[in-house]
Amino acid sequence: MAIAERPEARASIYEGTRIPSPIPTILQVPEELRDSDDVIQVNFGPNHPSTHGVLRLVVDLNGEQIVGLRAVIGYLHTGFEKNMEQKTWWKAITYPERIDYVSYQNNELVFVLAIEQLLGLETPEKARWMRMCLCELNRLHSHLVWLATSALELGVISMFWYCFRERERILDLFEMVTGGRMHTRYFQAGGLAEDIPQGFFPEARKFVEWMPKAVDDYEGLVDRNKIWLERTQGIGILSADDAIALGQSGPVLRASGVDWDLRRARPYLAYDEVDFDVPVYPNGDVYDRYRVHMDEMRQSVRIVAQTLDRLEDMDGQPWIADDRKVVLPPREELHTSMESLIHHFKIVTEGYRVPEGQVYSVVESPRGELGCYVISDGGPKPWRVKFRAPSFLATAAAPTLMRDALIADLIAIVGSLDGVMGEVDR
Amino acid sequence: MNLPGLLETREAHGETTFWVEKERLLEACTHLRDEEGFTFLSDVSAVDYLGWPGAPRDVAGYYGTVGGRETGAPGSQGLARLPELQPLRRFSVVYHLLALRPGAPRLRLQVWVDDGESVPSVVPIWPTADWHEREAWDMMGIPFEGHPNLVRILMDDDWEGHPLRKDYPLGGEPVRFSGEE
Repeated sequence: MAIAERPEARASIYEGTRIPSPIPTILQVPEELRDSDDVIQVNFGPNHPSTHGVLRLVVDLNGEQIVGLRAVIGYLHTGFEKNMEQKTWWKAITYPERIDYVSYQNNELVFVLAIEQLLGLETPEKARWMRMCLCELNRLHSHLVWLATSALELGVISMFWYCFRERERILDLFEMVTGGRMHTRYFQAGGLAEDIPQGFFPEARKFVEWMPKAVDDYEGLVDRNKIWLERTQGIGILSADDAIALGQSGPVLRASGVDWDLRRARPYLAYDEVDFDVPVYPNGDVYDRYRVHMDEMRQSVRIVAQTLDRLEDMDGQPWIADDRKVVLPPREELHTSMESLIHHFKIVTEGYRVPEGQVYSVVESPRGELGCYVISDGGPKPWRVKFRAPSFLATAAAPTLMRDALIADLIAIVGSLDGVMGEVDR
Repeated sequence: MNLPGLLETREAHGETTFWVEKERLLEACTHLRDEEGFTFLSDVSAVDYLGWPGAPRDVAGYYGTVGGRETGAPGSQGLARLPELQPLRRFSVVYHLLALRPGAPRLRLQVWVDDGESVPSVVPIWPTADWHEREAWDMMGIPFEGHPNLVRILMDDDWEGHPLRKDYPLGGEPVRFSGEE
């Protein structure tokens, strides 16, 4: 093999501080314990309430100490990527939001942005701001579900009820705008599916006023709770170098002290026109990941308030691009215009064609860098779609975090990684 | 940028793609990580170009049909024009790199590979490639030379075939009592 003949090619090997070797994603039982009778192997999952879905962890225990760990995934594999190759571009938009069923709007956005990048389609200002508004509401929704479930696993049962109270209000807003509470499919290539309804702004304003108080309440529940602090501080440590080497992103990366947020590093939509801070914490433990999530909720509320200010001035502006080859014509025109009827028929049956090429579009989803690699051969269906799922990689990093952990910490660590198994398995 | 083993550079849709020689992939990756600051491997994907429009038809088999996607047939949802890209091999392995500095520069590294040929593993350079490469093996059947643990990840261990290949049939599970037995 030619590789072996080039020693310089293998000369520089990354040396992580805690990343297991030789397999970065498996923590192997140390040599001296391998034949010991004290070590028992326990199957954790695939069905267990604390695994956020169907994740199986094969854990080697020496007493309460975790000495080995291997994650087994694929129980929720549904072949989204294969399915999307069989659907027209127009229909395929329905799939991404089902991949990560907690942050559906961000998933929808990344695929729609990829189509628009291939088509070279400009979206109206109103659509960009409304997408941003909904994506930030969706980030709040996702963080609320995360906080509710991971706190529940650590015994803070009341947190679950409070978080789901606010989550309900967000879902009501989604229902008002899109007609669906989850899996909204409100983003079209070119803009939005429909105009923003009248009653949205007053309701959204009420929510924006309410939400910071709710975040204070959540912190009041746990911030000075000794059990909470002892179960989260100094647990599941991930250094900045390890986080980058393991491809971590989003809250996991920022809790490890890396100041990196795609909304600021390479703004998409209109993120360069809003004010927000990127919370960064240095310790890389479970507690810091909790802090990052809490701060991000406050920042998302700030962004939503700014988008509402702008959107309220855009009454009467177009919400979708005026390109009849891609965008469905207005419903009422179908009764009077032959051309509109033909366009409608062609888009619905054949779908629009997307020029040849490949793009990797990327957004900062609540879980981190969500990428969508799309290839088009110039036809009405995608040639290949691949999602870069942030929680796929967060789950891969679990063995690194689990070094020196106890069995009770495992729940806290897996919870803090915020994995959504639909996204891990796709 | 003086990239080892560079074959071709393409700029399209605001993104840069480098095709490199498979044999010098590790050199190129090490260079990009250490000299150009691309410390973050975003994604590793594998693509099957079997039946790609305009490619030779003798190996086609799109959607289980023999002739591939017939782009000129009456009533077909054909292409306006044939794609410019002509695949050199059946598969391509694609690496998306990111540099964590202002502007978030990204680039795409691609190698061509034939059925059954292996690609050098980049796990020693970016540990995050571990699961990505296992997924590429599972879904497309591309072996990665030097991967420490190349086993299936999403499908069952005893699964036959690689589902994302273009010649993998849809609805491929056998149905009972559907034929002569």
